[in-house]
Amino acid sequence: MPNPQPAILTIARRELAEGMRNRWVVSTTLIMAALALTIAALGSAPTGTTSTAALDVVVVGLSSLTIFLVPLIALLLSHDAITREVERGTLLLLLSHPLSRPQVIAGKFLGQLVIMALATVIGFGLAALFVIWRDGAAGWQAFAMMIWASILLGAVFLALGTLASASVQESSTAAGIAIGLWLLFVAIYDMALLAALVARGGHAVAGWVMDLALVLNPTDAYRLLTLGEGSSAMLSGMGGVYDSSQLTPGLLTGALLLWSAVPLVLAMAAFSKRNL
Amino acid sequence: MSDATVILEAVTKTYGGRAAVSELSYSLQPGQVVALVGHNGAGKTTQIKMMLGLTRPDAGRLQVLGADPVHGTGARRQLGYLPESVQFHLAFTGRETLGFYAQLKGLPARGHDALFQRVGLAEAADRPVRGYSKGMRQRLGLAQALLGTPRLLLLDEPTSGLDPALRRELYGIVAELARAGATVLLSSHALTELEDQAARVIVVNRGRKIADGTMAELRRLAGLPSRLRFRADASPDNRATRAGDYWQIELAEDEKAPALRQVIAAEAREITLEDPSLDDIYAHFLKREAA
Repeated sequence: MPNPQPAILTIARRELAEGMRNRWVVSTTLIMAALALTIAALGSAPTGTTSTAALDVVVVGLSSLTIFLVPLIALLLSHDAITREVERGTLLLLLSHPLSRPQVIAGKFLGQLVIMALATVIGFGLAALFVIWRDGAAGWQAFAMMIWASILLGAVFLALGTLASASVQESSTAAGIAIGLWLLFVAIYDMALLAALVARGGHAVAGWVMDLALVLNPTDAYRLLTLGEGSSAMLSGMGGVYDSSQLTPGLLTGALLLWSAVPLVLAMAAFSKRNL
Repeated sequence: MSDATVILEAVTKTYGGRAAVSELSYSLQPGQVVALVGHNGAGKTTQIKMMLGLTRPDAGRLQVLGADPVHGTGARRQLGYLPESVQFHLAFTGRETLGFYAQLKGLPARGHDALFQRVGLAEAADRPVRGYSKGMRQRLGLAQALLGTPRLLLLDEPTSGLDPALRRELYGIVAELARAGATVLLSSHALTELEDQAARVIVVNRGRKIADGTMAELRRLAGLPSRLRFRADASPDNRATRAGDYWQIELAEDEKAPALRQVIAAEAREITLEDPSLDDIYAHFLKREAA
């Protein structure tokens, strides 16, 4: 008998196959590619003969969009990871097999992460190839960094969606939580942060407080990671925030990894405790 | 006995204050086909879920294939489970579905043609489950449960909604597995559906065991009379009562033969002898329990 495949991989491959079958993979890749190509075509037009590399300009435009889009896609993909199995009536059968519940969570997360990574790498990669073909490869490091950071951002929201799915009984409830999470991290948090800064009436906020406030929202950590350094920092205006901050790319990456790991572990715990 | 496949000792499980299973004890031996019979909500599915390790008993001891089912998932490799009205992901074909579950059991994804053959699904194996009828889904579910020749087979209401032909086939497969040494536990809400296929019947009601034995033992325990009906000018037996155009006598097991001889000697016509049906026996046990 050939070596049995680990249960996590079986679940992950199944999740990926499901994504292929219901056109999730194709449609998300197409959306990402369409947006990236649009921004690449339009966004780099005004640079003219400035010294900024065309790819840097694309990074600024694209990452601003990614902050809205990637969390949304990730939450759509993951919010019913567990509840879907319950509602389809396949969960009992799945769990009667020799695998643990944390393995189910980990496998599903892994499969969805591959879907997100495929969509990001192919979608954004097409745009990058287009710009490189037109303007040359200068600034590719920032672009590569953005792809990596976008996958990390996707992982964070996949984990949050999975946590919602493992904690509630119905997909509709999980969807409500997912929309709430999206609004909170993408819009409300930054507005509240801004309001708090304004309310202080120009008094300086301690650097570590600001740093903490930024890593407490994964989309802010993402923004700083992709736009903090190099020419994109100058273009986006994020350089100012970054320069006065103690946060290094390593720390920001660590924050995003933690943001994926903690909800995932909580999801495993919630799912394991659940009475079926 | 130590070689029992499943052992329950005073197992109790409550859901929100209501006991789904209370103080339940029995053990299942290899090679045995056992039917777990009870109403919907009598605690059958809860017992199966506990055996699968999906639900933890509140009290008592439960052992499945030599281990506590909650700890460790190794025993599940030798266990086949068919859930009540089994469902699958509709977009995948039968072959893909079976391959997935095979891999979860540590088997190769391919090469299960013999199983498809056995459950009569060979031709539909490459069609999406979306187009399967209920019977075909049940066949696929059975194929899934048979993966890896399990030592313990848990079938939850396997015959509900099946046509008689498929039911007969299912019992054929079950008997074959039991002959090979597997323990088969099948739950049912009606004794009639079992068609005398189970060597042992455990009747449960509100989470408690109210009868346990072979079908013949249950019949004897119930002590329900058989009913002899015939047409004759005058009854040869003074116990007979008039029911329309017929005479009718209720007979205990040992009175059946003498009464028949008597009736035949009296040249009675249109004789029918009706044993208590499985439903009658079941209803009797439930009534006795309620009293």
